[in-house]
Amino acid sequence: MSYFVRKLGFYLVALWAALTLNFLIPRLMPGNPVDVLLAKLQQRGGIVDAATRRSYELLLGGGTDEPIWVQYGNYLVNLAKGDLGIAVSVFPTPVSEVIGQALPWTIALVGIATILSFILGVGLGAIVGWKPGTWLDSLVPATTLLAAVPYFWLALILVLIISSTWQLLPGMGGYDVVLSPGWNTEFILSAIEYGTLPALTIVLSSIGGWLLGMRNMMVSTLSEDYILTAQAKGLRNSRILGGYAARNAALPSIAGFAISLGFVVSGSIITEQVFSYPGIGSKLLQAVQNSDYALMQGIFLVITLAVLGANLLVDLLYGIIDPRTRARS
Amino acid sequence: MTNLTPTTEPSVADADEALAATAREEGRKPRAGWRAMLPSMTPSLVIGFGIVAAIVLFGLLGPLFVQDPTTVRNSGLQPPGDGHLLGTTQTGQDVLAQLAFATRGSLEIGLIVGVLATLLSAFFGVLGAYLGGFADEAFSLFSNVMLVIPGLPLVIVISGFVPQEQRGLWTIAVVLAITGWAASARVLRAQTLSLRNRDYVAASRVAGERSWRVIAVEILPNLLPVIASQFVFAVIFAILSEAGLAFLGLGASNSSTLGTMLFYAQNGFALQLKAWWWFVPPGLIIALLGCGLSLINFSIDEIINPKLRNVRAHAKRMRIARKAAAR
Repeated sequence: MSYFVRKLGFYLVALWAALTLNFLIPRLMPGNPVDVLLAKLQQRGGIVDAATRRSYELLLGGGTDEPIWVQYGNYLVNLAKGDLGIAVSVFPTPVSEVIGQALPWTIALVGIATILSFILGVGLGAIVGWKPGTWLDSLVPATTLLAAVPYFWLALILVLIISSTWQLLPGMGGYDVVLSPGWNTEFILSAIEYGTLPALTIVLSSIGGWLLGMRNMMVSTLSEDYILTAQAKGLRNSRILGGYAARNAALPSIAGFAISLGFVVSGSIITEQVFSYPGIGSKLLQAVQNSDYALMQGIFLVITLAVLGANLLVDLLYGIIDPRTRARS
Repeated sequence: MTNLTPTTEPSVADADEALAATAREEGRKPRAGWRAMLPSMTPSLVIGFGIVAAIVLFGLLGPLFVQDPTTVRNSGLQPPGDGHLLGTTQTGQDVLAQLAFATRGSLEIGLIVGVLATLLSAFFGVLGAYLGGFADEAFSLFSNVMLVIPGLPLVIVISGFVPQEQRGLWTIAVVLAITGWAASARVLRAQTLSLRNRDYVAASRVAGERSWRVIAVEILPNLLPVIASQFVFAVIFAILSEAGLAFLGLGASNSSTLGTMLFYAQNGFALQLKAWWWFVPPGLIIALLGCGLSLINFSIDEIINPKLRNVRAHAKRMRIARKAAAR
């Protein structure tokens, strides 16, 4: 049981570190958000005096004379209440509401695409690694080209070819704008149609990493004694591949999920910008462009929470799949 | 997959003795110890090295030969042709000239971040694992936490808070290095943990060598292939991340990289105008550079994991045998 306790403890520490980072970044950075916003207001012909300044300071929650640990305490209390502040760019909507609208889109898109690319990559990697040194194996370097392609550039190319030239799939937005969002077949079908191209981008650019890792592990696993035993027993090749080799070789891929998920999430944030997808990545960029600091921090926190949660889940699953991890700790 | 080899054949991956035996029969000398530290000349290494060398040369020398990338002409959005080998942008700037300067900028960022991130990861990975105890626990916890916090959103938020005029090349590089070292630190830690318990390390410790000397003389040389591979990864990571940041308009101010080129292409509606010559080349260079560096990394991987090398040696032997049989 201590394995699970350790893992939970680790993610609690990681959560605390993320929260603290989020608190410290605006206080350590050279710029002052209030100045930036006031400068913007002035550009648009607004009048800036002490009163405007004070009201902006109050709005952003900065500019207090309280000592820093009191601010930190207030920040944590507000977070616990789910209060992330007010989004200035869509005043007076609370940040949590803006995020709540965008989050399901991203979770559905990134979640489905990641699971698809994991299954495809690990499956193909197992097959390629089963017979190292054959022609299939020489295809592996080609996937590194896909892995090295920036997500957003691949998205641009796919939009140019599939969406602009062939006009097969829509390349802009998350659903047909004439429909109103809701749980009806028409809307869901439209969402799937619009989501195919972004998902394809994510799958194509993340599959290479899974494939390569799995292939290398397969090569190592095939030299284990238990594979030889299985062959000596006269088991069918498909049985050895699925039940003996792939099962053990997949473990590091699952354990490495943490690193990959971070990359995939990062890549999809930029991809959303290309497709004007109504997810959290586009919102983050809008926030940056409009200097909406509360929204920026809120989105960073939510993304971090989601990634931490997914990793915790995978780690707990891993403890069940591989009993050795539990025994060791 | 109709393969005639019997299924009970032991795997080729760990056939060290067999490979050595055939080499002896053929009268070849075993490879010298120091040669094992160098990657062997495989096709993937040659191709990867060729691609990287070509791009580096283009970035270094290209800017000397091309036109001024900022000159605005009234021949906007010209497809590739006479005068402009890669066409022009919306405002009539030469794409090839921009590409040369942008490649230089991206390489610069990649190199700086690669060095910084490698230094950070070596510090946290090697030192922590060597010292052991509380330091190891603390360093490893720190790098694991840095690993699970998604890097790019963090970089975006940090860049968002830094005012535009202060967002220089070095600021971006430092931010990318801080978010990009954790994965390599974990790899280095695992390798160091296995090295520090070897007999020769124990011997030098018993002989009363200082900690820094044991690390620098006994451990680091054996970590070199791993560090090299992690450095290459860091360079790929840096170039990709910087491109992403710049594409979002958050790159270093007054610097030109492949990402900023893509940013201007996207904002100049290159996609809608189907001006492919504007946004395809920068991405292609990033992809090719990343691919070339990965291919180099494959060869380094074979040094770290001899099983992979045996597989290739086996395949080569089989090929030669098949050719001989055909003759």
